[in-house]
Amino acid sequence: MALLELDNVTIRFGGLTAVDGVSFTVQQGEILALIGPNGAGKSTLFNMVTGIYRPTSGQIRFRGMRLAGSAPHRAALCGIGRTFQNIRLFQSQSVLHNVLTGAHLRGRWGLTGALLPFLPAVQREEGRLLEHAVHCLGRVNLATKAYEAAGSLSYGEQRRLEIARALALSPALLLLDEPAAGMNPNEKQTLLEMVRAIRDSGITVLLVEHDMRFVMGISDRIVVLDHGVAIAEGVPDEVRTNPQVIAAYLGTGGDGHA
Amino acid sequence: MFLQQLINGVALGSTYALIALGYTMVYGIIALINFAHGEIFMAGAFVGLLLAGVFKLNLFLAMAGAMVFSMALGVGVEFIAYRPLRNSSRLSALISAIGVSLFLSTLAMLLFGANARGFPANAFPSRQIQILGAEVSTLQLLIIATSACLMLALELIVKRTRTGKAMRAASEDYTAAALMGINVNFIVSFTFALGSALAAAGGVLVGVLFNSVSFNMGLNAGIKAFAAAVLGGIGSIPGAVLGGLLLGITEVTGVALGYSSWRDAIAFVILVLVLLVRPSGLLGQKMQKKV
Amino acid sequence: MLIDPYIQQILVTIGIGIILAQGLNIITGLTGQLSLGHAAFMSIGAFSGALLTIKAGLPFPLVVLAGGMTAAVAAVLVGWPILRLTGDYLAICTLGFAEIVKVVFLNLDITNRAFGLTVPPPATSVPLPLTVLASALLVSLASQSIRCSRFGRALMAIRDDEIAAAAAGIDVARHKVRAFGVSAFMAGVGGCLYAHVLGYINPSDFGFLKSVDMLAMVVLGGLGSVPGAVLGAAFLGAAPELLRFMASYRMLVYGAMLVALMVFRPDGLLGGINLWDFALRRLGRTSQRTRGEN
Repeated sequence: MALLELDNVTIRFGGLTAVDGVSFTVQQGEILALIGPNGAGKSTLFNMVTGIYRPTSGQIRFRGMRLAGSAPHRAALCGIGRTFQNIRLFQSQSVLHNVLTGAHLRGRWGLTGALLPFLPAVQREEGRLLEHAVHCLGRVNLATKAYEAAGSLSYGEQRRLEIARALALSPALLLLDEPAAGMNPNEKQTLLEMVRAIRDSGITVLLVEHDMRFVMGISDRIVVLDHGVAIAEGVPDEVRTNPQVIAAYLGTGGDGHA
Repeated sequence: MFLQQLINGVALGSTYALIALGYTMVYGIIALINFAHGEIFMAGAFVGLLLAGVFKLNLFLAMAGAMVFSMALGVGVEFIAYRPLRNSSRLSALISAIGVSLFLSTLAMLLFGANARGFPANAFPSRQIQILGAEVSTLQLLIIATSACLMLALELIVKRTRTGKAMRAASEDYTAAALMGINVNFIVSFTFALGSALAAAGGVLVGVLFNSVSFNMGLNAGIKAFAAAVLGGIGSIPGAVLGGLLLGITEVTGVALGYSSWRDAIAFVILVLVLLVRPSGLLGQKMQKKV
Repeated sequence: MLIDPYIQQILVTIGIGIILAQGLNIITGLTGQLSLGHAAFMSIGAFSGALLTIKAGLPFPLVVLAGGMTAAVAAVLVGWPILRLTGDYLAICTLGFAEIVKVVFLNLDITNRAFGLTVPPPATSVPLPLTVLASALLVSLASQSIRCSRFGRALMAIRDDEIAAAAAGIDVARHKVRAFGVSAFMAGVGGCLYAHVLGYINPSDFGFLKSVDMLAMVVLGGLGSVPGAVLGAAFLGAAPELLRFMASYRMLVYGAMLVALMVFRPDGLLGGINLWDFALRRLGRTSQRTRGEN
């Protein structure tokens, strides 16, 4: 079943067409990687799916519902979690606090709950959220760092914390924007297993990544973007041998590691 | 009647424009609302008053002296209160700017007292003359002419000199300008100097126009000039001039229509409306949200 | 009352300061949206409360609540459009709004134009200082409680990173408006109490400097910190009394203080943001160190 469908999605910034008529679908339960040289429009696609940019034309559907152009928090409400290419943690807060905030949608009490914290219902909810947050931290091996300041974590840990925060909203679809960037080979291997475990728990994963070894090792399918156009789509072995893909990478100086 | 109001409005508006230019140039380069800019204007007015009143200098010399003093003050304020915060949050820099503004206006109150002071009567002997049926004072003409000359000078500096070119580069892209070997610290100081000099000239002109210089004149004039800068499109030099003139004309018209007790609200209503409807102003550029 | 009237007066000043500082802290400290126009909400609370006492003679607790509610409603109404603005633009817009409110009150007959209103003593048997201090305590408790709640976490997320907050499903616009409303409610309550304590209010009392007064308290105590707001209000409320000579230098000291704090201690005098978080973090660090040694 198609979870996310992009249908002829185009976005222009001034005179620049960053994404040009891209269509593909993400199937329930798969890991789909989006690859392409720098500036191919991968992050822009993510930002359109999550409502930060509004496509100039085209449709984005999630579970058959139109998504394109709605407010950014709507995507989360529909069950789409994401991480950011340039890490966007709540730097001044503790690790646990970051994940608790990520679990925002699992709670219901707003201002009333804030003013009446002694209500048993409010306390039960806080307890539930805390438990869930700790559980999510455990999934990315950060439970021991719960009380550290998010800004004090190492780069790789911060990337994992972003994943934990996105997991906290119990998404159906998880968008990972260059999750392995800046990680050493050991960390990448751990991350690979982590992402597999996330998929196995029933969460569909759409990821952007430059590290070809990582992409080839983890993806069920791959979509290749070049200059805003989808030039290839298929299982890793098909994409690896696709002449157009090779040309795209070599033509731009070969920043891939395939 | 119409021409009369128009000239009144342009005279008032050109003083707003002189102050607005400082806001807009500084904002263009370091994206800071220089909250103390109104106080630099006030300081210029006081120095002009001192030079003209106590040292009996000619009004133009007094204005030149005020401009030099304010340049130094503006550069000093930037060095002490803004430069250390260049990489901090915008909130911190703005709060620091508010601090400078409070400090300077209170200092002026302690030095010169809480009462407004006037320029000596002979500072500029103003006459009324008739132009196409409108009563115009030579003082208003002086203000308009002086402002026009200063703006022309600014235009020449920004467009024709090397430093001006560097200024425009820094306002286009601060980081890239730094990477290209432009000494951005110098450019920022230079921008503050230029803006402060214009504000001081505006201060002296306003002081003579209303025959009143007081410690708290900076806040209101500053905010109105800021409104003018926003109206024209913050960051845009012609925008600041246009915004200042429009604001001056609107205020004068409002007063002429009998809304004098609402006068101070006019600028703020314009400010709020422009921010809500078209935050990039009349001549400003739209910015793309970056993620 | 057993306490010396002079001390009482200082305590009342501090109490009102605490309420105002907590109010501003919600929107500026927790949510990260700088308001330079909170004096407007204070004046809305002051005038609406005063008018309710004068014209309707309502019981005092109701008057105070109504003062707060009026300010909150005004904040929600202006908040929807203006809170879309960010950073400096928002700050300037709130400043403009406050000046407009001031001019409106200066031109309305019901607020007695520029002559101001004389406010009769409130219709209550509870001594006013007690009401003020109890309100300050309640407002501080509410603030602390908000800070530790799901709602408060959403506000702090917006402060730290709006895009990431939205990605977590937080409706940024809605939360900002709510925070603005709560914040204005507190300012309105503070203004209403101020009106009844002083017995006279004038629209010109609620100018830009009043907004800066509140900001100075919050910044001194540390933006976002609830005990900090209490500390800041207490310090700045008591300082002019304790240091008589400071009277005319007050704004000079404020100004220098704001600059110095931003340059040297941008997190306020307390430094840490939350004593409780700080304690937890310490604990976490210690336990880790012990593990490391094992």
